[in-house]
Amino acid sequence: MPDAASDEEVDRFIQGLVEEAEAGGYHINPDEEFTRGLVRGLLANRGRYGYISCPCRLASGNREDDLDIICPCDYRDPDIAEYAACYCALYVNAEVEAGLSAAAPVPERRPPPAERRRAKEERATAGPAPGGLNYPVWRCRVCGYLCARNEPPETCPICRVSRDRFERFM
Amino acid sequence: MTGMQHVPGEDRGKVILYALSTCGWCADTKKFLTGLRVEFSYVYVDLLTGAERDRVVREVERWNPRLSFPTLVVNDAKAIVGFQEQEIREAVGA
Ligand code: SF4
Repeated sequence: MPDAASDEEVDRFIQGLVEEAEAGGYHINPDEEFTRGLVRGLLANRGRYGYISCPCRLASGNREDDLDIICPCDYRDPDIAEYAACYCALYVNAEVEAGLSAAAPVPERRPPPAERRRAKEERATAGPAPGGLNYPVWRCRVCGYLCARNEPPETCPICRVSRDRFERFM
Repeated sequence: MTGMQHVPGEDRGKVILYALSTCGWCADTKKFLTGLRVEFSYVYVDLLTGAERDRVVREVERWNPRLSFPTLVVNDAKAIVGFQEQEIREAVGA
């Protein structure tokens, strides 16, 4: 089992998570025991890797390779839309939160390791985006927020993830 | 903690659970197998390091190229990916 975070630490983290989620129109799984387990996993991963890597996925320990699975991951929103919950079922849709249906296991959307390696190589060799724009356009990989400015914001104003979760869109 | 852990129970063949120590569905799968009282082994891949981890990761990838968890392998013949109660029940004949 992961290094134990104290109960107070877990409670505080969950409270912050719920507040942030609700403010952004997201919902945390109301199954308290299940959610506590996942939050313990997030905190264990923060202790191990320095970032809250997805508790249900195997992290490499290299932040750049794990960026897409730092919670909230790049796959949360499409999974909530399609399956009513994120892969771990930490985030659920309003119906599950209201107890009208239960979260069920979600198939893994993250590409397999070989495909991720290929995509990483392609990104590294990709040329500059076509010109004609006064500013580059940045896209938040987590929630899809777009902004046209020289650098992406330090924190996504919509879903609160860090700058390194943005990709060049145009 | 490293390596395979053994959970005693009724012998329904070789049942191996590849899991993560931090994952909710993995915990549910382990609880479910324990409840079925079948004998099985499990390994927390996230707690392994070095060559042992590489070896076990390759093992999981052979059954499940997405390398996702839980992956349950029954009798070196069938892999069940995710917490699929019905499929698990059938695979272990419980
Ligand atoms: S949003 Fe859900 S699936 Fe994604 S990292 Fe967080 S807990 Fe895991």
